[in-house]
Amino acid sequence: MKISYNWIKEYLDLNVKPADLAEKIERTSVEVDDVVKPSDGLKKLVVGHVLSIEAHPDSDHLHICQVDVGEDAPLQIVCGAPNIAEGQMVIVALPGSRIADNVKIKKSKMRGVPSAGMICSLQEIGFPEAVVPKEYADGIYVLPADAKPGDEVYDYLGMNDSLIDLDVTPNRGDMLSLYGTLHDLSAIYDLPVKFDQPAVKEAGEPIADQLSIHVDESLAPQYKMRLVKQVKLAPSPMWLQIRLWNAGYRPINNVVDITNYIMLKYGQPLHAFDYDKFAGEDVYVRNAKAGEKLTTLDEGEHDLDVNDIVIADDKAPIALAGVMGGLDTAIADGTTTVAIEAAVFEHDHIRKAAQRHNLHTDASQRFERGVNRTGLQDALDAAAQMMDELAGGTVQTGTVVAADNVPAPAVIDITMSRVNAVLGTDLNQAKVTHILETLGCDVTADGEKLTVTVPVRRNDIHIPADLLEEIARIYGYDELPATLPTGRMTMGELTTSQKLMRATRHSLEGLGLNQAISYALTTEDKAKMFLMQPSEVTKLAWPMSVDHAVLRMNVITGLLDDIAYNSARKVKDVALYEQGRVFYREDGTERPSEQEHIAGAITGTLLPTAWDAPAQPVDFYQVKGIVAAYLKDMAVNGDVTYVANTDMPEMHPGRTADILVHGHRIGFMGQIHPTIAKKFKIGATYVFELNLQAIIDMPKQENQYDVISRYPAITRDVAMLVDNDVTNDQIVELIEKRGGAFLQSVKLFDVYDGVKVPKGKKSLAYTLTFQDKHETLVDDVVTQAFEKVEKRLQDDLGAEIR
Amino acid sequence: MSLKDKLNELHERGLAEIKKSGDLKDVNQVRVSLLGKKGPITEVLRGMRDLDAEERPKVGAFANEIRDDLTAALAKRREELENAVLNAKLANEAIDVTLPGTPVAKGEPHVIQQIIDQIEDLFLGMGYQVLSGPEVEEDKYNFEMMNLPKNHPARDMQDTFYITKEILMRTQTSPMQARTLETHDFSKGPLKMISPGVVYRRDTDDPTHSHQFHQVEGLVIDKHITMADLKGTLQVLAHELFGDKFDVRLRPSYFPFTEPSVEADITCFNCGGKGCKVCKNTGWIEVLGAGMVHPNVLKMAGVDADVYGGFAFGVGPDRFAMLKYGVDDIRNFYLNDVRFLNQFTKKG
Ligand SMILES: [Zn+2]
Repeated sequence: MKISYNWIKEYLDLNVKPADLAEKIERTSVEVDDVVKPSDGLKKLVVGHVLSIEAHPDSDHLHICQVDVGEDAPLQIVCGAPNIAEGQMVIVALPGSRIADNVKIKKSKMRGVPSAGMICSLQEIGFPEAVVPKEYADGIYVLPADAKPGDEVYDYLGMNDSLIDLDVTPNRGDMLSLYGTLHDLSAIYDLPVKFDQPAVKEAGEPIADQLSIHVDESLAPQYKMRLVKQVKLAPSPMWLQIRLWNAGYRPINNVVDITNYIMLKYGQPLHAFDYDKFAGEDVYVRNAKAGEKLTTLDEGEHDLDVNDIVIADDKAPIALAGVMGGLDTAIADGTTTVAIEAAVFEHDHIRKAAQRHNLHTDASQRFERGVNRTGLQDALDAAAQMMDELAGGTVQTGTVVAADNVPAPAVIDITMSRVNAVLGTDLNQAKVTHILETLGCDVTADGEKLTVTVPVRRNDIHIPADLLEEIARIYGYDELPATLPTGRMTMGELTTSQKLMRATRHSLEGLGLNQAISYALTTEDKAKMFLMQPSEVTKLAWPMSVDHAVLRMNVITGLLDDIAYNSARKVKDVALYEQGRVFYREDGTERPSEQEHIAGAITGTLLPTAWDAPAQPVDFYQVKGIVAAYLKDMAVNGDVTYVANTDMPEMHPGRTADILVHGHRIGFMGQIHPTIAKKFKIGATYVFELNLQAIIDMPKQENQYDVISRYPAITRDVAMLVDNDVTNDQIVELIEKRGGAFLQSVKLFDVYDGVKVPKGKKSLAYTLTFQDKHETLVDDVVTQAFEKVEKRLQDDLGAEIR
Repeated sequence: MSLKDKLNELHERGLAEIKKSGDLKDVNQVRVSLLGKKGPITEVLRGMRDLDAEERPKVGAFANEIRDDLTAALAKRREELENAVLNAKLANEAIDVTLPGTPVAKGEPHVIQQIIDQIEDLFLGMGYQVLSGPEVEEDKYNFEMMNLPKNHPARDMQDTFYITKEILMRTQTSPMQARTLETHDFSKGPLKMISPGVVYRRDTDDPTHSHQFHQVEGLVIDKHITMADLKGTLQVLAHELFGDKFDVRLRPSYFPFTEPSVEADITCFNCGGKGCKVCKNTGWIEVLGAGMVHPNVLKMAGVDADVYGGFAFGVGPDRFAMLKYGVDDIRNFYLNDVRFLNQFTKKG
């Protein structure tokens, strides 16, 4: 809502600059989008009197005009506007002037004829297309005849006013009017409002003889009409047109302009019907019937819904109540009798109708938020009176009051101790009472208890907390002290699982992976990849795009998207991890369960290529090293094993392993399948994904001290040839089982399957370390144990010791 | 020539030879030739037997003195030469210290995570718990229990990804207010919590909108919590995240789940409060919404609103990161360009 600074000042003795007023409103009342003075940025725009015009010799549409701009000699200006005529007062942009969008006007020649400036349309000096009166939409604007040549045009057009654009929150419907804004400012500045309510001069027949209204009060708790006869449609006076276009409304004719003006002033939407177009003298406010249609003022055709509220005559709907009037009964050329409607419609119906018909109007916006329920008659009277004054109409006697259920004002008890306890202030009763009274409340005190009667127009105030807000904002948030909560102490501590999640991130960062945060909404295709357990997909009912339509069931695909994004930008070395949720849903349930996962993806090289070290492309064992180190950091209690998995469709069948703790699968790792890599347009990529919740829930080993032996260790190396299908795990397991009491560790130090070993075989070499914690080991003991191991390797695994 | 003169001469000659010796081998030869069993000093000492008994000890002492001096000179020379050899060797080993260091694998937390951690740590220090709620929420918690019944006009302000009529992607972390209020046992102490997490809005992604972003909800409920406490808490938060120079101001606003409701602005980063394009010449930038918890929210969660009350706030780490680092496109946070992620590596 754009509100005029000058208009406000007519009713309030304000002594502040527009920018300061806007700042005050923003700090105390509602947000301000901006403050605009329409003449800002314009220069040398003056009134010109068109003395004569003649046709341009080389053009069929240009005219050569002699224009008096208040100087000694007229200016010659070439003008192409179709509506230019001798005798008009026009807007002249003098040579050296600036018009809208900072365009500079210079002396020029048009088709060989010198032109000293330009005659302007309203659009050319910055008016939005939507507010320019229709008759001037395609040509220059013609100023009133009494404009004085040479005067700046701004005051004639209301352009020196400042317009404050309020962004009214949904609760403050009262601020969608001058009236409501004035009352808020009255409290803010502690100034009285001088609001004049005109008396209506009734002259015609009793309205009751001319109109009967039948209202369903559940749809329209208040409904009133006045009738004005013998109106003469004409353009509104300049002051009214200025008010309207400065508020963003196009002036149309005096009758329509009056209804818009009264809405801006009182906040009460009015509708003007052409009474003579009613079928009969009865008007009904009812639900639409199935199959009924209505063509609205904007020429939109609507199939009405049975939940729509309509105004109807004996034959058909004539308006979509609270939203927009019908075309058939609209004010138009020839209208002489006007029925003015002031009503309150049930807000929920209005909201839905506006949505249903995609007609969000200024009226519907106000009905949705609630209008001043005590202000209908004043608005109606003011409109009728204006139609008398400005359109020569005769106001018929009386008002048809079909329904007038005005709600009782809210009466709220609040104590001073409550006020200060909630705000953290030390306000005294006089101060609080004064604030509430400036807001229009009636306050009676009983000790420290205040009984506050709230004006009906403030339909957002119902409970003590609402009063607290009023007191706080008018008192000023800057005046509130700044303290910290006191009272009973509480411990601030992360939970075990939060600690583990933090530790997870730190561990993986220490292992060289950057944390990524990817989108959890993805495509159905991607959601279903890399599944760790069977699940139904969960789809959004109304996604914005197919790319983000389904809830993810894996974290890896998000990381692959990230890698693809990097890769497309020539960033080839990427190491990312992500901690986040996946969403599994069981068939027949609506709501998925959420499981914390941790996943990683590496591609290119882990370490950047350096001058002294060749790049080492990522491989299975690097990702395994990361997973193993991470699981060691998490100290999961139980054997971690890796078992080849040849069956995951998105994974390389020969380079994928399940990750098991104590035999339970908690995740997988390996190389993504080349066809998947191709689909994502990325290179060879190794990934892992783990059920983080499972890791959180597992028992953990505590750190514990173990004596470091003072006695020397003895090492023995064993190299062997085994069949290709014998695994490292089998060998290590056997050595550990048979290595005797003093075997401390088994370490693989060489794997070779090149040309020097027979086909189908591979060579493996291990270092076995023996140590006794209590005495120096005797060589013989070690030899004995070692030989036993060698023999077992030969017997059990067919190893050929080398 | 007396023995003493001979010794003096030997002394001088010896020192000269030591000085002349060019390497360790020379030094060894000089040592043997001067101090060896067949060397001149031994010879001089042998000649002592011809001396008077009275003279003998004096000459003997003098000879020893000279021998010691020569020995010391030899040792010193040896050390000098050894050092020279070592220095020459080290000089040979010189490298270009300006060559880059060997890369180490090192990852970084995401910039949004850094801000969330910072907020968590601040509030943990003030005795808050950290709670996380479901990302797929019930309409009941996301809206209804936040005082947004089905036909509430403010629901139009929030475009929501619904899954079914009653199930949705949470649009805010506020449902954790309702969830915690429902279960908190006030006899055990006040409720002080923050709840960070991902939220979703039905928006088209562009530089300033993302269908996925983060929020941190804060909630304090006890018997004597004031709006001044809210103001002070937000001040502490602004100081922690941005620095002590940043001021906080409150403005009236509207949220269905708080009353009074406020927006909090902080001093503009760009101009320090003087007014510029970024802050639309106000000197302030809007950073978060807050307020005193609406009694309906307390009542719906079964908390006695006449006894308990408090404040809630909701901050956007994405917005904070954008403001703090001048990030001009929110999508950067979710595309994970490594060149972007690696810009936020400062620790501490
Ligand atoms: Zn600024």
